Amino acid sequence: MTTTIAPYRSELGTGRDGFAQLLRAEWTKFRSVRGWVIALLTGALLIVGLAVLTGANSICSNGNQACPVPPTGPEGGWVSDSFYFVRQPLTGNGSITVRVTSLTGLYSTHPGLAAAGGSPTADMAPGVQPWAKAGIIIKASTARGSAYAAMMVTGTHGVRMQWDFTHDAGGLAGTVSAASPRWLRLTRTGDVISGYDSSDGVHWTLVGTATLTGFPATAQGGLFAATPGYTKTSASLGGSSLTGGPALATGAFDHVSRQGSWPVAGWTGQDIQGSTDAALAASAQGFTQAGDRLTVSGSGDISPATGLGGPSSVQLALAGTFIGLILMVVIGAMFITAEYRRGLIRTTLTASPRRGRVLAAKAVVLAGVTFVTGLIAVAIAIPLGQHLLHENGNPIYPMPALTEFRIAAGTAALLAVAAVFALSVGTLLRRSAGAVTAVIAGIVLPYMLATIPGVLPAGAEEWLVRVTPAAGFAIQQSSSQYTQVTASYTPADGYFPLAPWAGFAVLCAWTAAALVLAAYALRRRDA
Amino acid sequence: MKTLHAEWTKVRTVAGPGALLLAAAALTAVVGVVAANAVTCPGQACQVDPAKVSLTGIYLGQAVVAMVAVTAVSGEYSTGMIRLTLAATPRRWRVLAAKAAVTGAATLAAGAVAVLASVLAGSVLLARHGIDAAHGYEALSLGHGAVLRATIGTVLYLGLIALLALGVAAMIRDSAVAIGTVLGLLYLFPIVASLVGNPGWHRHLDQLSPMTAGLYIQATTNVNALPLTPWQGLGVLAAWAAGALLAGGLLLRFRDA
Repeated sequence: MTTTIAPYRSELGTGRDGFAQLLRAEWTKFRSVRGWVIALLTGALLIVGLAVLTGANSICSNGNQACPVPPTGPEGGWVSDSFYFVRQPLTGNGSITVRVTSLTGLYSTHPGLAAAGGSPTADMAPGVQPWAKAGIIIKASTARGSAYAAMMVTGTHGVRMQWDFTHDAGGLAGTVSAASPRWLRLTRTGDVISGYDSSDGVHWTLVGTATLTGFPATAQGGLFAATPGYTKTSASLGGSSLTGGPALATGAFDHVSRQGSWPVAGWTGQDIQGSTDAALAASAQGFTQAGDRLTVSGSGDISPATGLGGPSSVQLALAGTFIGLILMVVIGAMFITAEYRRGLIRTTLTASPRRGRVLAAKAVVLAGVTFVTGLIAVAIAIPLGQHLLHENGNPIYPMPALTEFRIAAGTAALLAVAAVFALSVGTLLRRSAGAVTAVIAGIVLPYMLATIPGVLPAGAEEWLVRVTPAAGFAIQQSSSQYTQVTASYTPADGYFPLAPWAGFAVLCAWTAAALVLAAYALRRRDA
Repeated sequence: MKTLHAEWTKVRTVAGPGALLLAAAALTAVVGVVAANAVTCPGQACQVDPAKVSLTGIYLGQAVVAMVAVTAVSGEYSTGMIRLTLAATPRRWRVLAAKAAVTGAATLAAGAVAVLASVLAGSVLLARHGIDAAHGYEALSLGHGAVLRATIGTVLYLGLIALLALGVAAMIRDSAVAIGTVLGLLYLFPIVASLVGNPGWHRHLDQLSPMTAGLYIQATTNVNALPLTPWQGLGVLAAWAAGALLAGGLLLRFRDA
């Protein structure tokens, strides 16, 4: 006779096994480990602390004078605005047309010119800089940074139309000479200025149309010449060292004709202040007039200000990102490796046999926690650091609110993605030391090698911040690269080869790949 | 002596340390080869330090070395082995000294292989890229005093990095936090220094930085322009390592395991 004994069944109902429960379980694991919470808060404090430290220690001293602040352009960014202006007031609509017959130049290969009594141009060599400019311009006023539109011939980039410092459109190619002159025309109609070029003065081509909102009724129009200084980038180890000296550009014009209400009287020559060399500005710039023929010599540049040297104020305020990043990486790796070390992973996987979902829940909790902490820290660090930098006399780069928001949110996202990257590598390796080393060597080391001068050959550094996870730091880039300005655009100068979001996408791709591999390994391996 | 033997057995019988040190040597040499190949110098104008270029791999190799050294200590804590070790050898200073000797010696051996391979590969590759005596550069040969100093110094540098990591691990015990601290110490100093505008501060940070100062030993050109002499620079790293070992030893001595 046999009796069957019913096996024990718990009276409790089946627990739910939704994703929300998993998230809650992982959140409980995170917040109940005191060390991780402390590390997280320490990371936030260090980000703010370093902003205070760099802000308080970056004292801008320029003798007894205030540190020079570049003028601000109509679109908000810093600009270079110095050239020699041969002008007349233009009231209302009108146009100006000239023929350019030559663009010549002088340059010096070293800063500072021969001072000993001689002419400042005595030891300068003949030669035109690639972005030397001579042409016609209509500008709101003679104040630096005011709105403008200009048609010009350049050293090696053909005819260009440029307006409001950042805009650039190409016209006829080739260099200008007496045999092949260039005709330039600017026409103002209300707020719209159109630029035309021609090789014969008969057939005209529209190069560009500038809409300058709020352009004053009476503007200044005329001829100008400017040239950035001579620079030579030596491709040495330690990135690129820029050497150079001042330069001078001279444009020869004739067939000047004007339509609209221009005064009959002659031209006024004015050096729009800010020439690269004081001696040059005093004696070599200027204009001569002989009949219909005008010759204008000038130095300086009309362009967005780039390569001002050194990191921007936002980058300084975010100096602590790297310390924060290392702490987040350590937390991210331990979030999984601690489970392996303690054997908790077996309980976790018993409670939730769908292993991919466990990893997803961990990633979501970790990303959320690190993003929010990072965002709070960055939101305090940027204004605080900039305030201290301002107090210490440092010029603060004017930045559109959207860019500032991108840098703040992007930095927080950078921390979160790096933490998830560490979590994935930790799942793959199951050892915290290996995971932390791999992730730091993948993110922080390439950035360090690329940005510290004197380590890598030029070229290798650009490649590093393009391919490795360190590309993600492009999200912090605050200044744009302009083809119409010759400058040292290297990672050490704060310029990344990839656009901000593209660079961030590279980091995300690495993280996604690691996460997929980790999910695969977690499913296939015994815990 | 027995303690040394015990520590050597621990290192020898686990697959990790040996494989990782080999990986460190291979990574160092490979990065050095890539860097030496990437040098493009059209004229004679560029200031290339041939020894430094061939030894670029050290920036990556040191991370692996630090990891090996950290796990030599924190691995014992995570498995509980440390209690057995300390029961067998109650003199705790002696345990740390034996660990330092074994890890240091293993690192020096791997480092010597890595550095020699890097310098030899560099001398061949750089000569092919026009960085040779014919173009006014010092030949990259071990017979040259500065190159010999860079070579021996870099091997010592790796050994000191291992000791620094060992000391930090003895202080912190958890491997993730310890390796994070060591790599932070190495990599963050130069990044923060590059953001400091004040040249005086920058110089002080460079002089204090274990990595920047320690790697002055690799300089063979423009040595006089450095904030410290090469050996003083290595001394800075040695001071960091000694400080970490001392603090780690004191904590090991007075703390429950």
